[in-house]
Amino acid sequence: MEILGLLGNGFLVAFEPLNLGLIIFGVTVGLFIGAMPGLGSVNGVAILLPMTFLVPPASAMIFLAAIYYGAMYGGAISSIMLGIPGASTAVATTFDGRPLALQGKADTALVVAATASFIGGTVSILLFTGFAPALAHIALDFGDPEIFALMLLAFATFVGLSGDDIPKTIFSICIGLVFSAVGLDIMSGEPRLVFMNITGFMHGINFLVLAIGVYGIGEMLWTIEVTRGETQMSKATISLRRIVGHFGEMMRIWKSWTLGSFLGFFVGILPAAGATPGSLMAYGVAKMTAKNPRDFGKGEPAGVAAPEAANNAASTGSMLPMLTLGIPGSPTTAILLGGMVIWGLVPGPRLFIDETVFVWSLIASLYAANLFAFLINVAFVPVFLWMLKMPFTILAPTIFVLSLIGGYAPTQDMHDVWLMLIFGVGAYMLRKLDYPLAPAVLAIVLGPIAEPKMRQSLLISGGDFSVFFTRPIAGPITIIAIILILLPVFQLIRRKIKESRQAG
Amino acid sequence: MNKIRKIGTGVAVAAVAATALTYSSVASFAWEPNKPIEFVIMAGKGGGADKMARLMQSVVEKHKMSAMPLLPVNKPGGSGAEALVHLNGKKGADANHTIMVTLNSFYTTPLRQPALGVDPLSFAPIARMAEDTFLLWVHKDSGIKDVDGFVKAAKAKGNDWIMAGTGKASEDNLLTDFLNSAYGLSMKYVPYKGGGAVAKQLAGQHANSTVNNPSEQEGFYAAGDTVPIAAFTDERMAMFPDAPTFKELGKDFEYYMQRSVVGAPKMSAEALAYYQGLFKNVFDSDEWQAYRKKKSLRGDLISGDAMKVYWQTNNEIHRQMLIKMGAIKG
Amino acid sequence: MRRAELVTALLMAALSIYLMVKSAELPIGWVPDEGPGGGSFPFWLSAAMLLSCLWILYNWYRRTSPPSQSDEPFMDSYAARSFALAGGGVTAMIALVHVVGMYGAVPLFLIFYIRFLGRHSWTTTVSIAVGATVGAFFFFDVALRIVLPKGYLEPLFIPLYSIFL
Repeated sequence: MEILGLLGNGFLVAFEPLNLGLIIFGVTVGLFIGAMPGLGSVNGVAILLPMTFLVPPASAMIFLAAIYYGAMYGGAISSIMLGIPGASTAVATTFDGRPLALQGKADTALVVAATASFIGGTVSILLFTGFAPALAHIALDFGDPEIFALMLLAFATFVGLSGDDIPKTIFSICIGLVFSAVGLDIMSGEPRLVFMNITGFMHGINFLVLAIGVYGIGEMLWTIEVTRGETQMSKATISLRRIVGHFGEMMRIWKSWTLGSFLGFFVGILPAAGATPGSLMAYGVAKMTAKNPRDFGKGEPAGVAAPEAANNAASTGSMLPMLTLGIPGSPTTAILLGGMVIWGLVPGPRLFIDETVFVWSLIASLYAANLFAFLINVAFVPVFLWMLKMPFTILAPTIFVLSLIGGYAPTQDMHDVWLMLIFGVGAYMLRKLDYPLAPAVLAIVLGPIAEPKMRQSLLISGGDFSVFFTRPIAGPITIIAIILILLPVFQLIRRKIKESRQAG
Repeated sequence: MNKIRKIGTGVAVAAVAATALTYSSVASFAWEPNKPIEFVIMAGKGGGADKMARLMQSVVEKHKMSAMPLLPVNKPGGSGAEALVHLNGKKGADANHTIMVTLNSFYTTPLRQPALGVDPLSFAPIARMAEDTFLLWVHKDSGIKDVDGFVKAAKAKGNDWIMAGTGKASEDNLLTDFLNSAYGLSMKYVPYKGGGAVAKQLAGQHANSTVNNPSEQEGFYAAGDTVPIAAFTDERMAMFPDAPTFKELGKDFEYYMQRSVVGAPKMSAEALAYYQGLFKNVFDSDEWQAYRKKKSLRGDLISGDAMKVYWQTNNEIHRQMLIKMGAIKG
Repeated sequence: MRRAELVTALLMAALSIYLMVKSAELPIGWVPDEGPGGGSFPFWLSAAMLLSCLWILYNWYRRTSPPSQSDEPFMDSYAARSFALAGGGVTAMIALVHVVGMYGAVPLFLIFYIRFLGRHSWTTTVSIAVGATVGAFFFFDVALRIVLPKGYLEPLFIPLYSIFL
């Protein structure tokens, strides 16, 4: 019952005119950003974060969360209409969404995507509301060693669970962490890694500089090259009668979106997994469990519903570890986490106690954002279709300009803008060679938390590493993290044994 | 580029002439800012210096004391080194439009990093707005009521006694060193990122004691979680009448944090006079006086030559403290 | 692609070594009773970067990673051209901020990109360039009070400041 009271208060804050306006505006912006090829929630949140300094932190967070949400809906639009995923989270939506559009059933795909997103989002928020206080309660006992153990776990899941090139993933995490160490070593009070004695490095490398470099400049350079300026849009006929008819279709495929919702939420909770693996897994499982797996990939609405329910569920799910434990579940939440630090909110165990109003109004705003995203999406489908025709040669320079200003605004130092350009170009080059970049962004956000926590723990224990193993909460987390880090090694060994057996 | 500059200047002259015609009635001071004033804060967001700077800015804004707004920018990099270098490099009109809120790292940072080439005494003395105080805090569950109890408990724990503070060689570190040497303790000093984080460590009992400012601990103090047991002031503070001063306890020691506003070293005399007048108005405002009282700040307004003398004295005190600590060489 | 993979891995290995050297300015070893020194965190992570670069090189040698098997050029002529124009344009824009400020560089860049790369009409170009610039001034300088750099155009803004701020 206590939860309902807190949530009720949250709703009162979320429905203040400013916040409600920001939810609607944020959802609309998010839908647009998500719908644009090459731009996803992470780009929108990174580039627009500096613009939120105008409003109080809670409102800023509500706005950014609404963008995150809207982008999850919007991603489906370009996946279906252009065949290009609006963001990596909508890749799975292209598998069946595009064939449907080519068969002239684009409206079916769009409505199924929107409805499934709504269901996924709603299920996930309900689960979130139930889980969050319990998790936050446990998290109260967390001291320095426990927080460090959690950080270790976040990095471990990146290495252990990602299907990417392992050395390149490790490289990406490490470079992010090293960049996070630039500036000042707070434990000794000495300046550290001030490259070439440029004073601009004294304030460290702001995570936004790296995030905007990677997701603004790097992403645009990449998209310019990949799309080659050519896109082919499908035709869509939309009428109210047809939309109503599609809800019947939704009932038929209930299994796919139920599955997508729950799977998405739980994958989303895993640190560093996020909505992309969530939606791909949901697609795979929906196909495996369907009666007609052969229809998948040829325009089966269930193949749109499952990943769309999952990516919305995962985006909410990934906020759970961010708010309760201070570890982000996706690159977008990593940036939100960095934003909270800028606003002076300390994410993690104490947030639910110290910032009750903030937390619950954010949760309440997610309910509202989910509803508005659905309504706006269905009502304005024609507008989004029209906007999709916006030439890339106008969108790209706009994003570049927003990146430039967004890179300048937080620290008001041109040094950071140059650094952002270097990161952007570097990110573009590295991405061409399959280096994953999300781990670096996550690492630069977590580094400034992880390192001092490790050293404060060791200072208190007198340099004894056993603090990370012997404490009741820190111990198991550390051990799980180490197992996860070593997981790829085990797999490698197992494969080697298998190979040698086969050879023998 | 030369050409651009010339065209720019030409247009500028025309524009300035036009403005001068339109707005000549506003000019009542000898010098007035004609573009937004960069208000550098030598510390990070959310700390004591930051909160105070933003209060000053809102007072100026509310009473329309200045024709141009003060724009706060945090430059905490390198314990304030970045901010000091930033102001040091300002020339011409920029030097007249850049001011900074500063604290005791104004002395310690240039002393510890001579390579910066910054001399704090060369900055324009606008106003010392207040001095913040320090107290020794413990958690209420520790059962410690006074300094004797504190010394006993800390001695028993040796170097397992955790004193949390803000950064190495910071004010908190200087005070910890004082306590260690004055009472023969060997407390372990653990640095955290800011005063707020330090206060939380004590409230969560992850640290045994702190030497926070009243404003940093006031939330936990009001909630009854933490208790001040002694003050580093010359007389007892009205807000904490039960906390004796170290002077009463026979240790001749007091220590304060300056809360001052300074200008870029190359600021013109006219501009300096303008800002001195501006911050005198801020100091006299009801809001500032109420804040001083609420946060139990001390110290009167001083500026100009008096402020330079104050800096000289304090710079020397900090030099000696750092030498004693081994952070710099004599 | 294969050559690019090699060159990048070598460059990144060199960067790792530089970071290790730079980190070693602070103590990188174990400080008794305190734990690792100030430079150890970045030092050992840079060392891990170096090791992963060596691992990448090993994969390159064994041709196990996709880029090391690919014979495609790292950048074909289209990619190289669009990279040079877009990347060069952004670089020029940032450089121009130092000279003519944000409000000079932004419209120039937008005109360059929209008109000369995008071949849109002058009406579209100018309305976006002017709209974005004016919008940015009111959003940042006036509403957010984040004064963007003006470069040598600063005197032009002094009358605007006295009207809007």
